[in-house]
Amino acid sequence: MGLLKLFWSLNWGARLGYVIVIFFAICALFAPWIAPYGQSQIVGDVWEPLFGEFVFGTDQIGRDMLSMLIYGARNMIGLALLTTGCAFGLGALLGFLAATMRGWVDQVLSRFVDMIISIPTLIFALIVLSATGTAIPWLITVIAITYAMPVFRIARAVAMDIEVMDYVEAARLRGEGLWWIMREEILPNAMTPLAAEFGLRFCFVFLLISGLSFLGLGLQPPLADWGAMVRGNADGIAWGYLHPLVPAACIALLTIGINLVVDTAVQKASGLRDDQ
Amino acid sequence: MLLKRLVLGILTLVAISLLITLGVEALSGDVCTAMMGQMASAAKVAACHSQLNLNLPMHERYLTWLWNFMQGDLGNALTNHRSIASLIGNRIGNTFFLAGLAALVAVPLALTLGVIAALYRNSFFDRAISIVTLSGISVPDFFIAYILMAIFAVWLGVLPAISNLDQSMDLWDRIYISALPVLTLTVAVSAHMMRMTRAAIVSLLASPYIEMAKLKGIRPSRIIIKHALPNALSPIIQVVMLNLAWLVVGVVIVEVVFVYPGLGALMIDAVFLRDMPVVQATAMVFASVYVILNLLADILSMLSNPRLRHRN
Amino acid sequence: MSQKLLEVSDLLIEADIDGVWKPIVNSLSMTLERGEIIGLIGESGAGKSTFGLTALGYTKPGCRIVSGSIKLDGVDLTQMKEPQLREIRGDRVTYVAQSAAASFNPAHTLFEQFAESAVQHGKMTMAEARERSVELFRQLELPDPELIGERYPHQVSGGQLQRAMTAMALGCDPDIIVFDEPTTALDVTTQIEVLGAIREAVKARNVAAIYITHDLAVVAQMADRIMVLRYGDLIEEGDARSMLTNPQHEYTRRLLNVRALRETRKGHDEDNVQLSIENITASYAGPKKNVLEDINVNIVKGKTVAVVGESGSGKSTLARVITGLLPPSHGKIIFNGTELNPALSMRSKKDLQSIQMIYQIADIAMNPRHKIKKIIGRPLQFYLGLTGKQKDERVLELLRLIEIPEEFAERYPGQLSGGEKQRICIARALAAEPELIICDEVTSALDQLVAKGILDLLLNLQKELGVSYLFITHDLATVKSIADEIVVMYQGKVVEQGSKVDILTPPHAPYTELLLSSVPEMDPDWLTNLVGKRKRGESPTSESITT
Repeated sequence: MGLLKLFWSLNWGARLGYVIVIFFAICALFAPWIAPYGQSQIVGDVWEPLFGEFVFGTDQIGRDMLSMLIYGARNMIGLALLTTGCAFGLGALLGFLAATMRGWVDQVLSRFVDMIISIPTLIFALIVLSATGTAIPWLITVIAITYAMPVFRIARAVAMDIEVMDYVEAARLRGEGLWWIMREEILPNAMTPLAAEFGLRFCFVFLLISGLSFLGLGLQPPLADWGAMVRGNADGIAWGYLHPLVPAACIALLTIGINLVVDTAVQKASGLRDDQ
Repeated sequence: MLLKRLVLGILTLVAISLLITLGVEALSGDVCTAMMGQMASAAKVAACHSQLNLNLPMHERYLTWLWNFMQGDLGNALTNHRSIASLIGNRIGNTFFLAGLAALVAVPLALTLGVIAALYRNSFFDRAISIVTLSGISVPDFFIAYILMAIFAVWLGVLPAISNLDQSMDLWDRIYISALPVLTLTVAVSAHMMRMTRAAIVSLLASPYIEMAKLKGIRPSRIIIKHALPNALSPIIQVVMLNLAWLVVGVVIVEVVFVYPGLGALMIDAVFLRDMPVVQATAMVFASVYVILNLLADILSMLSNPRLRHRN
Repeated sequence: MSQKLLEVSDLLIEADIDGVWKPIVNSLSMTLERGEIIGLIGESGAGKSTFGLTALGYTKPGCRIVSGSIKLDGVDLTQMKEPQLREIRGDRVTYVAQSAAASFNPAHTLFEQFAESAVQHGKMTMAEARERSVELFRQLELPDPELIGERYPHQVSGGQLQRAMTAMALGCDPDIIVFDEPTTALDVTTQIEVLGAIREAVKARNVAAIYITHDLAVVAQMADRIMVLRYGDLIEEGDARSMLTNPQHEYTRRLLNVRALRETRKGHDEDNVQLSIENITASYAGPKKNVLEDINVNIVKGKTVAVVGESGSGKSTLARVITGLLPPSHGKIIFNGTELNPALSMRSKKDLQSIQMIYQIADIAMNPRHKIKKIIGRPLQFYLGLTGKQKDERVLELLRLIEIPEEFAERYPGQLSGGEKQRICIARALAAEPELIICDEVTSALDQLVAKGILDLLLNLQKELGVSYLFITHDLATVKSIADEIVVMYQGKVVEQGSKVDILTPPHAPYTELLLSSVPEMDPDWLTNLVGKRKRGESPTSESITT
């Protein structure tokens, strides 16, 4: 009941955002039970029309688009969550470390990040994937590493702001160790900005994965993924089939949803700060 | 300060080149067998090795690569043995043409709309802009591309769906044939730029000296022009440069969608063929442009900061 | 005179606090005659700034005028549209902000900003404005009045900026100037000079002024009439002189008594030295100028040593050296007869435990995500190894000691008032059962009455527990009320030290004299007398100290 009340207190943008996110989350969690067919099962003719026998028609080789979209949600969201999680774990840990230890640790880490970050994400991913091939572990590693860099910067900046607070100095004077300071003093106070950042970075990761999939470097068949669905059906556009727009719209819808949620969260956080 | 930034930029480029050459090698194992497959004859593999200088020690290999790179000799592609320099040379102009055209439209458009949205914040116009830009930054580039293609090429039939530019075309034909990719990039990059411009100006309008100007009875238009803009210059330059850098990279996917003969499409092809020398060379070009634009952003915004311009 | 210059009646202003409109100014009225200076005084949250700004027909974003009128020469500002108000602002009514450094636009020179109002309002040409700026800069005793206008704000010191802002406010010969705490951010010795210059300029031009401040002694120098505000209500209003000698309301009396001198404690025990700082010299990274030079200070067990100085005196650096945050380049610190390791990381837990610290701003001295229970409990666990029920009980005991209700143990710092937070910080220091507590400006962020409560508590605790204090402050009133011994610091050196009586009775070292004479007193003639004395060379000035 409390949750429902909270929900109605939000503006319409945030409400819409939550509805979208929850909708896709349900698709992802319960894909095998919701999807009418398998993700690689051929069920009909090529490019059966939208809203006919099959809700979203069939794709370029006759698989059910709806089922692929539902499984695609599961595959893509799972992959993006895992990757963003890794990026945050790595980035935040190193960022906190740099901020608390300062000195040469900070210098070395920061210069290294400066360098990696000055290679555009997509280009970096392309270089590494061309060398390693498109196995999922490599995909996760390379994206997690590239996105750990901006996370490092933000985590470091946030931690630096916290680190100059007198309560951290008080903990140092008390004789607390590095681990306590990072876990008890910095982490709890960095949670809010980092949580908003997580949503934002998840969107970027999701878009990058879709981009790579679109280029054919993402998930490989039989796993369904939205980016590859766009590419596979792309030729249909010329014949007037709108099939490729459906998975593309799903990507757009999910990222818009997350952005709406993050936006209100950020506004709320900064609004509170203005009052004080 | 400027010099320091410049040296840092050059060091970054060197580091990137190291990463691109040696890092990739370490990851890929034997490039030649990877490309030709396990079935390739030993002689072919050996030829490939010597072409890539793989028999030299690592530091020599890097230095040779760097030396040749700086002289414009990028080696030959593994797949078709053509000179990479000429491959890139043909396409680099096309890519800059595309990105430049998009920037020409997007920068003035985005800055104007961003400033207007900041001035009339919380108005209907501002809300509309914020919804549009939020969608703009959330949507993948290829979605925008296919929607525009469906509307202008398929439905209305006024613009070509495939941008097969070639050297013989005159300027107007080039613009016409690149219209859809340019439009796609413009939409995508303007969204980012508008949001960032608005945010930069809004944060500025909360400064005490803006309140002071209001209390001095200064007209709102003058407050914006005399008091806000000179201080907003530096953040706005940052925004523009960042987005230009982003644009050069965003080109990759758009080129693939419209089969535009640019650097991005070349790189993607090379990635699929695992033609490492081409991947390395194109990646180096993209990274250089990105680093240089970021460097320029820092230098320009430093120069536009009044505190730094009028030092004691 | 039948028509007043400014007549504010029954003004009700509300502010948006977390989405609810709450009154912050409750039907206040005020009148102002030509050439009169009215002082608005109160602690934070009194509504004095909000009320004062209405003379410009302005309310801060998030505030709104609900009812009442603001009549300037009989014309109601609340009925005016923005363009009409713009005609008045910067011309007939002008404003001097608290932080001149933030309120000057960094992109333009002082003169450009000086001239802007006048030229925009069509009062002067550029050339006239230039002449006028030189005249006013000279009157406000700015150095190089002809040239200083060409400087950018970041090239000028804080005290000078505040004067330049006053000059700017006087530029159009306004009827009223609103001063919003114009000297609060300045050091005492700078404050005096700015106050003197402002008063001269305002009096000479017969401008009316609204002077907003939290400092009764400052307002006593400036105002003809004083309004005391609290929580948006008027407490007392009256002629400045009579209010200072004969305050009617209890609250005003308490504000006045804050500065009353405490009796000196007897007994001086030279042998029982607890901490001795010997020949300490320290500097921050790089072979730059020393921040501290050859400092020697002794702290006797159970006594309070106050280190007093202005910003840049090195007094806070001294605390950093003692705690080990900044190892000195030379000299040693001896605690209970043994030398302390210069670096924090090398000190034993016992050493850390016996020296505790209390900070200036309690808000940032406590982790906002920890409950009070945890904040006080952590040192208990860390140093004394207390856990579970024992720890909880000790926490409650400490809360009782600092006169805070026990149920606060379950709260977060954000739910406490400023004074309560500082008390919790004291409890955290006490939890370690230290022998010495370093108090770094512990009362300067608090309202005066709250600060007094904190000082009382610290003194009582010392009596009870026998702990020694090293009190770092810029506020001489605090020094007078708490110190046994005083160390006066200036630019990294000790200029004078000794027992409180010795330091506070003449003859003084020149800098001590300057510092002592700069502290505003409740006497309305104090500033006039002081300025006179300084002009005649009977009392030192900043210039005479530096040369």
